[in-house]
Amino acid sequence: MSGQGVGASLARKEDDRFLRGRGQFVGDIRLASMKDVAFVRSPLAHARVGEIRIPPEHRGNVFIAADLQGVKPIVAVSGLTGFKVSEQPVLAYEKVRQVGELIAMCVGRTRAEAEDIAASVEVDLDELPAVHDMLAARRPDTALLHEHWGDNVFLETFVDLNMEAAFDAPIKVTREISTARQSMAPMEGRGTVATWDHRLGQLVLYTGSQMPHIVRTGLAECLGLDQTQVRIVSPDVGGGFGYKGILLPEDICLGWLAQRCGHPVRWLEDRREHLTAGANCREHHYRITAYADRDGTLRGIDCEATVDSGAYSSYPFSACLEAAQVASILPGPYDFPSYRCRTWSVATNKCPILPYRGVARTGVCYALELVLDAVAREAGLEPYEVRMKNLVRPEQMPFDNITRKHFDSGDYPEALRRAIAHIDLDGIRARQQQPAPDGRLIGVGLAVYCEQGAHGTSVYAGWGIPMVPGHEQATARMTPDGGLELRVGVHSHGQSMETTLAQVAHEILGIPVDKIKLVHGDTEYTPYSTGSWGSRCAVMAGGAVATATKEIARLAKGIGAHLLQTDPEKVELANGAVYGPNGSVTLKEIAHTWYRRPQDLPASVDPRGLEATIGYKPVRDSGTFSYAAHVATVAVDPETGDIEILDYVIVEDGGKLINPMVVDGQIYGGFAQGIGTALYEEMNYDASGQPLASTFADYLLPGPTEVPAPRLDHMETLAPYTEFGVKGLGEGGAIAPPAAIGNAVNDALRPLGAELLHSPMTPRRVLEAIQAAKRKAPVPQKAFA
Amino acid sequence: MKPVNFDYARPVDLDAALALVGDDSRAVKVIAGSQSLGPMLNMRLVQPELLVDITAIEALKRVEERPGAVVMGACVTHADIEDGRVPDVTRGALPAVARGIAYRAVRNRGTIGGSLTHADPSADWISILAALGARVTLRGPSGERELAAEDYMLGALEADLRPGELLVSVTVPRLSPSARWGYHKICRKTGEFAHAIGAFLVDPERAVSRAVIGATESRPIVVSDARQLLGEGRPGAFDSEAADSLAATAGLVDPIDRQIHVAALRRAIERAQVQ
Repeated sequence: MSGQGVGASLARKEDDRFLRGRGQFVGDIRLASMKDVAFVRSPLAHARVGEIRIPPEHRGNVFIAADLQGVKPIVAVSGLTGFKVSEQPVLAYEKVRQVGELIAMCVGRTRAEAEDIAASVEVDLDELPAVHDMLAARRPDTALLHEHWGDNVFLETFVDLNMEAAFDAPIKVTREISTARQSMAPMEGRGTVATWDHRLGQLVLYTGSQMPHIVRTGLAECLGLDQTQVRIVSPDVGGGFGYKGILLPEDICLGWLAQRCGHPVRWLEDRREHLTAGANCREHHYRITAYADRDGTLRGIDCEATVDSGAYSSYPFSACLEAAQVASILPGPYDFPSYRCRTWSVATNKCPILPYRGVARTGVCYALELVLDAVAREAGLEPYEVRMKNLVRPEQMPFDNITRKHFDSGDYPEALRRAIAHIDLDGIRARQQQPAPDGRLIGVGLAVYCEQGAHGTSVYAGWGIPMVPGHEQATARMTPDGGLELRVGVHSHGQSMETTLAQVAHEILGIPVDKIKLVHGDTEYTPYSTGSWGSRCAVMAGGAVATATKEIARLAKGIGAHLLQTDPEKVELANGAVYGPNGSVTLKEIAHTWYRRPQDLPASVDPRGLEATIGYKPVRDSGTFSYAAHVATVAVDPETGDIEILDYVIVEDGGKLINPMVVDGQIYGGFAQGIGTALYEEMNYDASGQPLASTFADYLLPGPTEVPAPRLDHMETLAPYTEFGVKGLGEGGAIAPPAAIGNAVNDALRPLGAELLHSPMTPRRVLEAIQAAKRKAPVPQKAFA
Repeated sequence: MKPVNFDYARPVDLDAALALVGDDSRAVKVIAGSQSLGPMLNMRLVQPELLVDITAIEALKRVEERPGAVVMGACVTHADIEDGRVPDVTRGALPAVARGIAYRAVRNRGTIGGSLTHADPSADWISILAALGARVTLRGPSGERELAAEDYMLGALEADLRPGELLVSVTVPRLSPSARWGYHKICRKTGEFAHAIGAFLVDPERAVSRAVIGATESRPIVVSDARQLLGEGRPGAFDSEAADSLAATAGLVDPIDRQIHVAALRRAIERAQVQ
């Protein structure tokens, strides 16, 4: 082909506007007479709401729960047995259950004026004891968030698959492992502009959203509007990562206000709101036991996992997606015969936990891979030897694992072999025997995972949350000048789909990529879709675009055959033209004929023309399984606790890569976020439920100097069930770094007998681990011989 | 995160500025580079009625080299020092420290006087200036007074600034040709405020040996005769235990915190020794 199709590392079409600073984000939207909104937010984590006093001069510009007649709270139910339902108020009534919860909406000519008004509103709050610790939250004497529940547990799950059979294993290691609460940090925060279109009788809500159609459904339901009365426009989005998949109370407030106030309204989240009231994620706790034979063969995994779900079940992913997923994906890429897992999704007085790139996978990978290294140390084996013993082997593929995940394809051991081959393991082991001149300790650590992506109806129907993906639809439409429009309901905000979906269409039709336009981010113009989440867009939207453009090819061949005076079955489409036995006609000429010279077409022409909307599902919708092996080499300063990443290798298999350069970019970005989870990011709360980080001076993110360039190596095992053999891999880069770096740190600390089991691995935690080891075992352990 | 309404004045001479600063009928805040005050205004942690911008006052940007010292106006920026627009009398100490402050964008605007007056213990200037024996000059309604840089900081975010006073200049003594210095900052990422700072100066000709443990919860710990920490002055003879008990006495109660601070000082001293 012309080098623009599937597999080409094409430069991104969207970069022209982004690199010139010409992206159009919610914050760039200016509508005439638009006013700004600021919110009165709860300063307390848990309190009864008493009187709210509004100064008389601001009465018309301040709105409280009592004003929002007919507005329903946000309810995201899971169909899993025993799930307890929370109602997230749009504006607080009766109680507040987290710091930052909305109490009143204030409208001003500017944001500053709106903040002045907000500062003038007085709220009586009767403070209640706050629940800030997810483990303590389950104790019987603890304060209750949702009193009628009787406890603080959204959902408890339990699975026991022949656990008892493992109890006689000679090796048993138990660890308590946890990951900190984080606040995912897209460069652009949330923001919404809302206006009522009188001509169309429609609420138009501009909001950076990964899932505009889901937001429309949820918003319409809360506001009591028909869905035809709501249009969601998601313009350019400065990073989503999960945060922009969520329906926020702020969206509903503005949608309610825009119907009544006679002018457009805007709320732009500031960084303090984002950090303290919005984007919480990731807080997991594991008590995990691995049973193994002396040769490293895993006999079973037994785990109790707790997820701090925060105060409310957020829409649409619910409060228990994390913990319920933990139970199903904890076995990782390994094959072992016994498994038991109990999970709790616990309510606390914190922001609702939201899905962040990698969702439960990052925590699961950290817990499992750290405990496997503990097995290796116990057995006296190299960590990679333990993995090799237990990874699902290529000849087992496709493989249904112990929790009935269907691993579609791949060679997991080969990924690990390659990753190890990229480093000089013997050299590192030799180096560890020599004291370094700067006193630092060297360690090497690895992590292997597989990532279920693009999982569809059969998986999500089981979770029973408000959003179940079905067929993914795309519209393909040729234009009279021979160009092509693609319309998709997913949203591209870093995934580069304006380029990659054009590449897919080019692969089928041969139309030059610069003549192909992707329309996305507007419910008015795109087919319904659950949107961009779960590493699904390349598989689902890519498959849909391939399906729709194949239909365009069929239709074009019909018209082309007529113009070539031959039968449709005697023509072929190649390089943007239809070829018959005696000549060819370009797609451009075919489009021109259909749209502008219909008199040249016979009565029997297919009336569908050159436009098609078709749905797509993979042959199996249980998900693709991309996978990777990560190997980190670090230096740890035992005096200051400082950790430096010396080298990082990623060997990854995402099936067929539509655009390898874009895939590299996805991995780099995820890797940077993984380093954040591993070493920096931490959203702490004090005992009264106050968030302790409200700026990026308190909430540390890795910057360019903290993110070394990883060395990437791709394998390409085609997925058996998807178009082109593509696998979803958008989240993978963020999954393994905490585990690989954590294992490397523990490898480095091994001579000191110290082990670190909590992320982020801060200097303080490193030093605390060293001190704990000194107290426990004064005799240093030997490093690897 | 938008500031409250405030009035703004940008006087061009010092007397006009002092008149505005001395107006006790309203809440007045002085602003220079705005690198700390700007965010604090936006977060409404500070809600002044009048903001006096002193960056148009030429006298506060002046630099004067004297035989025994350099005198810098309070509005000299970190970048002025980094780029050599301020004559270096410190054998490279000030430019080197300036280069490590936050990011270049901050250094372009942030000022040495603003940093000292903001009195954040984890900032760089307070620690290195204390080690170098620098002094600050204040001017107010009752004239001028001068005090040691470390004494200007009363505690975290609290400078010894009396009503109506402005910090006008910083005087840094000239080091002897044989003087050696070391500075070591421990922070979690590039550009971040420090978690521990060690600063050290030995200038035998002037009989000076000073050590500073900085980026504590409060004022830096200044050891005006550091010989007690140095053993016999040989590399590696640093007395960690003495430094540790010194830090403990000065209020660094957390042992891990203390360990990091002592490490920073030892590394600063080692750097001075290898110079």
